Amino acid sequence: MPAYTFAVNGRTVTVDAPADMPLLWVLRDRLGVTGPKYGCGIDVCKACTSHLDGEAINPCVVAVSEVAGREVTTIEGLADGDALHPVQEAWLEQDVAQCGYCQPGQIMAAVALLRKTANPTDAEIDAIQNVCRCGTYVRIREAIKRAAAKM
Amino acid sequence: MGDPTASSTELTGGAVGRRRFLTFLVAAPTLTLATTDLAPDSAAAASVDVAAGLPGLPQPADIMDLGDVLILAGTPTAHLLVLEVTEDGEAHFELPRAEVGQGITTAVAMLVAEELDLPLAKVRVRLADARPELLMNQLTGGSNTIRSVYGPVRRAAAAARARLVAAAGARWDLAPGLLATRDGAVVAPDGRTASYGSLTSLAATLPLPGLTAKPKPESEHTLVGTPTSRVDARAMVTGAMRYTLDLDVAGAMPTMVRRPPTINGTVRSVDNEAEVRAMPGVIDLAVVPTGVAVMAETFGQAQDAKDALDVTWNGGTVDSLSDAGIRKRLRAAALPFAVPPLLTRYVDAEFDFAFVSHAPLETNCAIADVREDRAEIWAGLKSPIVARQTIAAAIGLPEGRVTVHVRQSGGSFGRRLFFDGALEAAQISKAMARPVKLMWSRIDDMRHGRARPATHHKIRATYALGRVLTYEHRVAAVETDLRHGLGEILTATAAGLPVAGNLSFAQTVFLTTVKVPYDFGVVTELLNEVPLKMHTASWRSVYSANTRGAEEILVDELAKKMGRDPVAFRRAFLKTDRQRRVLDKVAAEGDWGRAMPAGFAQGVGFHDEYQSCTACLVEIDARDPGEPRVVRAVIAADVGRPINPRGLEAQLLGGLTDAISTTLRAGLHIDRGLPLEGSYSQFHYARQKDSPSDVRIFIMPAGGEPGGAGELGVPAAVGAIANAYARATGIRPRSFPINFDVDFTPFPR
Ligand code: FES
Ligand code: FES
Repeated sequence: MPAYTFAVNGRTVTVDAPADMPLLWVLRDRLGVTGPKYGCGIDVCKACTSHLDGEAINPCVVAVSEVAGREVTTIEGLADGDALHPVQEAWLEQDVAQCGYCQPGQIMAAVALLRKTANPTDAEIDAIQNVCRCGTYVRIREAIKRAAAKM
Repeated sequence: MGDPTASSTELTGGAVGRRRFLTFLVAAPTLTLATTDLAPDSAAAASVDVAAGLPGLPQPADIMDLGDVLILAGTPTAHLLVLEVTEDGEAHFELPRAEVGQGITTAVAMLVAEELDLPLAKVRVRLADARPELLMNQLTGGSNTIRSVYGPVRRAAAAARARLVAAAGARWDLAPGLLATRDGAVVAPDGRTASYGSLTSLAATLPLPGLTAKPKPESEHTLVGTPTSRVDARAMVTGAMRYTLDLDVAGAMPTMVRRPPTINGTVRSVDNEAEVRAMPGVIDLAVVPTGVAVMAETFGQAQDAKDALDVTWNGGTVDSLSDAGIRKRLRAAALPFAVPPLLTRYVDAEFDFAFVSHAPLETNCAIADVREDRAEIWAGLKSPIVARQTIAAAIGLPEGRVTVHVRQSGGSFGRRLFFDGALEAAQISKAMARPVKLMWSRIDDMRHGRARPATHHKIRATYALGRVLTYEHRVAAVETDLRHGLGEILTATAAGLPVAGNLSFAQTVFLTTVKVPYDFGVVTELLNEVPLKMHTASWRSVYSANTRGAEEILVDELAKKMGRDPVAFRRAFLKTDRQRRVLDKVAAEGDWGRAMPAGFAQGVGFHDEYQSCTACLVEIDARDPGEPRVVRAVIAADVGRPINPRGLEAQLLGGLTDAISTTLRAGLHIDRGLPLEGSYSQFHYARQKDSPSDVRIFIMPAGGEPGGAGELGVPAAVGAIANAYARATGIRPRSFPINFDVDFTPFPR
């Protein structure tokens, strides 16, 4: 089996895996990085949303071979030690999470959006596809705006 | 923990008058308490008083609702709560309920912190394992947790506090009456302090005959009732929260199941086992009652392998059934009206509601480690005692050899009342003789998971001279599976139930959850079920989302016929001032009646259940009736006594989003024995673009005991949205979800 070397949350890892193994299972089942969640496996629910070189990706449909030599960031890598990312802080301030299962993906999607657009419009926030089955959308929107104001 | 050794603390109860309590001190090095409430809870009696004051005849749910039934059934063991004060000054509380996102661990931590005068950060609430000695008191449902634990938790914490105070008194040789508690410490009049941590072992061993303690009067609450953020929020935003599948149980490897092409189909033969066993990463394969289980190194490989299986299937239980046939059977099952529309004026309407998946974002999953002589299970479970019994029987172990851990889970909405994932994991673990980490695919979760049953509704109201004379509602529903311990609870409380005749469990649940909040003369609401062998379960608000939702639509139509404005009409017919205040709040805050552009409209709905009531006002943009969007919502709720208003608002927000989804677009089509929908691209639960950006929620001030709130938000919002849609488009919605085309290519079976 080929070996792939890449960075996960600043740590260099090498995994032996078939080229087409989805990154989600490399992270969760091989590396024990369980922040990204499975919700559909086909790029629909976005619960697994993470970053590849700073851009949002959905590791359930990204093959491990695609990330070789690159930098993967999951929800676990967002904070700087104990210091939370402003988006995480905004999430706490708005008390967004209910069951919390979608929230790693929501936060990673929001961070990626804010990287592209410092002050996202409502239409840009509307374009976020991440499902929240608990229905926290209103607080997510408020938290994104709050984070934007902070950053 | 050892056997309880009796000490004779006598406690005085809260607002409901003097009661006797015993406190048992559990043999432990630190203060660990289980309290006993000797008096039956007064909830049922209290509700009768309320009902007696209502104009018109009370319905069964006015007298005793399902929540009261659950409290009554749980009362004999309500005292078996475990609260420990540790040497580092923390309070650890074991909650015999499930946390599925409703924020119950936060609310309970607040109760403990309040009563102990301890900072919230020093309270840890963990979910108790299945505890069979709790009998009927470990079921999370019926919006009942706060209602059922509000008294017992406070009494347990008050008893702990009294013991800590007594211990400090003994140490300082001061009368306990002179001492106060603050910030996790006992304080003497001269300013000396002793932390709880330093007192706990003394408090555990001190003989304290005749110690009395009572919970604080509610007027002294400083934390309870104030908006508080979730105690688990940080774990959630950092990815540190461990859900079932995030646990590292030694040897438990990823496992998935290949399921039949129709509901309840079974395996006849596996035709390429050797090939699949040779696939990359595959570890094991086993045929179980529900399909073919495949274990692999990773879930991706397990999924590939199960998809590659070539299986010959036996038929299922509803193979020839599709939506049209189900609808026909439901229509035929709706019982006839009693009142013929003679001589009076009347409004008739019929409604249909599709099946709806619970679709929690965390799919059905469990970890099971079944050995020859013992088993251990981890899963999100709302009825863990019944789960344990059933699993033990299925794998042939005595119940005492099965440990069931309740894990915090990624949503439920009623889904996790059932433990089919845990049962299946145990069966696979037994068959493979290894620990198993079982995950259902999203497709399977939607197609073979549980759903809210489809329903059909016939409603007739007659009126004359500005009064509603009769109101009849006939509900026909595909059978809701209630086999998660509710039957036992209803049997145990049967003598006290306010229903007569030979009713089924379902009819009893229906009558103890559904009631008309309006003074509509002679009211009859009847349920008739169609038994179909499908996987169903109560879905947030059980029968009320559809039944009360349909009624709120009918109310608008009735108001129109009688020439009244929808808000004014409701005001006139609601039974209590408390209900009217909630309605008035949304009408005022939502600027009811303001002018709207063409294609936009307001709609209003009201709902009352479990001693709480709520009103919802929405504004809809339905310029394109095929793509309506709720753009604004105002909600008011009176839940008697809010524990955590911020958490309560979250629940109402969730109810609103559920209503938006199920009223406008989200449902399941049944086609030849299987739902067509297999993911969120097909089951259209709301996304950010479907959610209003302007939502305001008003929680009415505390004024009584806590009512139920977890499901409260759905029915009023269903009515409000449908009514707004009707006013905006002129189309009277009769079938839900309103826009329900098969706008996708179904996944292969
Ligand atoms: S699991 Fe990756 S998008 Fe749903
Ligand atoms: S918080 Fe539960 S799915 Fe979003």
